[in-house]
Amino acid sequence: MSETDRPMIEARGLDKHYGHTQVLHGVDLDVARGETVCVIGPSGSGKSTLLRTLNHLEDISAGSIRIGGELIGYREKGGRLHELREREACRQRLDIGMVFQHFNLFGHLTALENVALAPIKVKREKPQQARAYAAELLARVGLAGKEDVHPSRLSGGQQQRVAIARAMAMRPQVMLFDEPTSALDPELVGEVLAVMRDLAETGGITMVVVTHEIGFAREVSDRVVFMDAGRVVEVGPPAQVLDAPREERTRAFLSAVLR
Amino acid sequence: MTSTEHAATATAPAGPSPRRTPRRPARRRDVVPVRHWGRGIATAVVVLLVVLTGRALVTNPHIEWSVVGDYLLDAAVLEGLWLTLKMTALGMVIGLVLAVLVGVMRTARSRVVAAVAWAWIFVFRGVPLVVLLVLLGNLGLFVTDLSLTVPFTDVELWSRPVKEVVTPFVASVLALALAGSGYMAEVVRSGLISVGTGQREAAKALGLDEARTLRLVVLPQALRVIVPPLGNELVGMLKASAIVSVIAGGDLMTTVLGISGVTFRTIEMLLVASIWYLLVIAVLSAGQFLLERKVAER
Repeated sequence: MSETDRPMIEARGLDKHYGHTQVLHGVDLDVARGETVCVIGPSGSGKSTLLRTLNHLEDISAGSIRIGGELIGYREKGGRLHELREREACRQRLDIGMVFQHFNLFGHLTALENVALAPIKVKREKPQQARAYAAELLARVGLAGKEDVHPSRLSGGQQQRVAIARAMAMRPQVMLFDEPTSALDPELVGEVLAVMRDLAETGGITMVVVTHEIGFAREVSDRVVFMDAGRVVEVGPPAQVLDAPREERTRAFLSAVLR
Repeated sequence: MTSTEHAATATAPAGPSPRRTPRRPARRRDVVPVRHWGRGIATAVVVLLVVLTGRALVTNPHIEWSVVGDYLLDAAVLEGLWLTLKMTALGMVIGLVLAVLVGVMRTARSRVVAAVAWAWIFVFRGVPLVVLLVLLGNLGLFVTDLSLTVPFTDVELWSRPVKEVVTPFVASVLALALAGSGYMAEVVRSGLISVGTGQREAAKALGLDEARTLRLVVLPQALRVIVPPLGNELVGMLKASAIVSVIAGGDLMTTVLGISGVTFRTIEMLLVASIWYLLVIAVLSAGQFLLERKVAER
């Protein structure tokens, strides 16, 4: 019982330094199982860095991250956290899907091969099954018929949808989205957000979305996190954070973004 | 340009029209492309020059083509050619292995490792091949024995005199490999960094470990950048191998020079060598073309 009550993601007191610059200051964040959380904030506020610490693409200087109760990126020994070897960190990432701002599709592989690569090579799924599931996922993101097309022949919106299918192919419990629509032409943003909305509404998956799309955050997220200067300034349901912010900084940011 | 001309003729119908076609609405206009007189002239000049050169080569009384024919398939020449091919192949393989090693070291996090790789590239790209060749060919002058010992002790595991180990052939292969490795290491490095960090991160996020990331994601994409210059390097190494004749490496060039020293048919023998080099390069170029097309498939 307590396992299901426990938050899916528990970040506690995260500090992160780049040289002498501190980019995260004691960040706490809990995300419940199946919850969709949007992280907003000005550029340089540390929101992408926070997201990237959650699957240990970035190390941390202090604090801890647990996903599904498991310590991410580190092992506790003698009261200290020891960084995991790459192999172990890779194993932990199997349950955490990630979608990047610039899609990062593998250019030498077709859409279907992009989606099926990790299930076949990492999870050792049978190629035939992995490819069938990949085709299913591509159809779900509206790309049926594009299986054999290389990324360079797809629009940005299509590439990002392949990237979402690629992350979903590992059947992750958590999906991280790092500004998934920031690199897209305005008319292509909608198709990607629609796929993400579908994921969030189907349920079962825990989503953390770093975004500048305030409208999307308002409609889809269960809670919104506002970050500024490496700190979480305000957390709450979208109706509160976006429409009646308590903090002056949140208000200032929103009025700048929404004009 | 053409659209404004059309507009001009349409709006000024009364003026004297320079066009040949009369202004009748439904009449189909003949299109006369620009005549490129220069191209015709250039073609004629080039053809003339080629014919003259060819004629001069064929009819030159000092070149006996029958000698070229006689020696083209001469056993000694073929053996020299075989040695040239072996040398180039070995030099390329060893050079490439070194290049991958040095190229990866060059991108290493450790500054010392990266600096050693940098120095390697600097030295072997900078020292002329002839110098390297003569140096290695005369290794016996300043290093007498090659021995494998346990470091910092006198325990000797294996020892041979240099003259036995570093034959002219070995020296040639080593020189070609070392000189090639410097250049090829840069090629490998540029190929590796041409694959963006985003690709590695995406692979990482999918749970691919470093070995799989390199094999499945980075290398296949790096090859597109690496293969074309490597093909050029192979052709370059084949041609450069002719320099081996300065230490009597026994290659094609050494052989033809040796024969011409006896028969005094220098030009004919050089023509024999040229024909063989060109033949091999033609085959290599065809291979390179096919390989590049395969790697570029996407």
